[in-house]
Amino acid sequence: MPIIIAFPILASALILQTVIASSLPLLSGYADLILLILVAWALQERVRSAWIWTVIAGLMVGFVSALPTLVPVIGYVLVTAIARLVHRRVWQTPILAMFVVTFLGSLVSQGLVMAVLVVQGTPLPLADSVNLVILPGTLLNLLLALPVYAVVNDLAQWVYPEEVEA
Amino acid sequence: MRNFLQKYWRTGAAGLIVIGVMFLALSGYLAPVIQVALDPVVAAQRWLGTRYLAIYTMLRSPGDVTALRTENEQLKNENALLRSQLIQLQEEQKDFEVFYSLLNVARQQPSNDYVAAMVIGRDANPFMRYVLIDQGSDAGLRRGMPVLTAQGLVGRIDAVTSNAARVQLLTDASSAVNIRLPETGAEGILVGSVTGDLSIDMIPQDVKVQPGELVLTSGLGGTYPGNILVGQVISVRKQETALFQSASVQPVVDFASLRAVLVVTDFRPVDLDPLIQSAD
Repeated sequence: MPIIIAFPILASALILQTVIASSLPLLSGYADLILLILVAWALQERVRSAWIWTVIAGLMVGFVSALPTLVPVIGYVLVTAIARLVHRRVWQTPILAMFVVTFLGSLVSQGLVMAVLVVQGTPLPLADSVNLVILPGTLLNLLLALPVYAVVNDLAQWVYPEEVEA
Repeated sequence: MRNFLQKYWRTGAAGLIVIGVMFLALSGYLAPVIQVALDPVVAAQRWLGTRYLAIYTMLRSPGDVTALRTENEQLKNENALLRSQLIQLQEEQKDFEVFYSLLNVARQQPSNDYVAAMVIGRDANPFMRYVLIDQGSDAGLRRGMPVLTAQGLVGRIDAVTSNAARVQLLTDASSAVNIRLPETGAEGILVGSVTGDLSIDMIPQDVKVQPGELVLTSGLGGTYPGNILVGQVISVRKQETALFQSASVQPVVDFASLRAVLVVTDFRPVDLDPLIQSAD
């Protein structure tokens, strides 16, 4: 069930990303709905399928985006690893964890993309890339972190219902 | 006779008085008297009629208010429906204008084959300036085909599936288009940037480039057809110590609001890889 439900949810999020989020830039950056969903999912207490969701999301994004296919996969894997690590440290404050992981994950994933593009020979000035793309995108991610966490939290409770002791 | 007169003289006198009054009234001599007598009657009638109308209206008002409220709701719903239809028609009007302008492009260049496509999305990553269109290999699209609008060049197809394709925009940081400035005859390379700005690099130093000059594709390299409008020079950067000068370009196409594009399907980009490999 958790794996099957990943496909329609991540596909819908990808559609929203390509149609809406990518058309609402702040300077030259925009929010990453996929990253937010993966972070929120990985921070859920009872979720055991975060890694599978990460790989599925990375492959979907890699198929649609012009980036090399493995770049989103690796980026989202790193983000999920950060989420799992932070979850162990600040598990009593999941919302704080959501903000921390969103901030770090945005920087890591976009930094990875930038590094790959530079290695490929694409001219990307560091100052412009950070100031106009990465930081505005991170800000938008932080703004959307809380509502996305609330939605994913409800989803997690539906997929992994809490067992009531008799 | 005397008994008859004694018995009916009062009746006769009353009759005479009545006849006399009627005669005077018909003659108009009693008009002021009649007016004075009727005025209080009319006033009383008016007073009573006004009060009755007020009471009647007050008793009937609940029914009127309910009917008015119902009618108001119906009119509001109808208004909302008409507004949504208006918005829908305005959107269809915009689509119509875009398609009509694309049709004009096809008419002006009848030697080329075109496939029209709608822009359905953008790349999920902000570093990549690509758009997704709703036509693919089933419609004859292939990788490398140039994409344009009524205004000018948009980019070229980067990847294709059966019914969708990804288009690399001119503003992408890794995009490079060979261009020429027809007024000066200069040639250069149009490159995008991470911010979406366009600039021309590698303009020879001995060429005098002026702001306002048009920028067209040159066709060199075989990746794009020649003589397609790209934009206009807005500023020139020239340093005496540099090998080349550069210029900023304002694109003719508004990439932020792309709705529909034309793909030139009868243009095959030249594959230079075998020549490069043999040179190595």
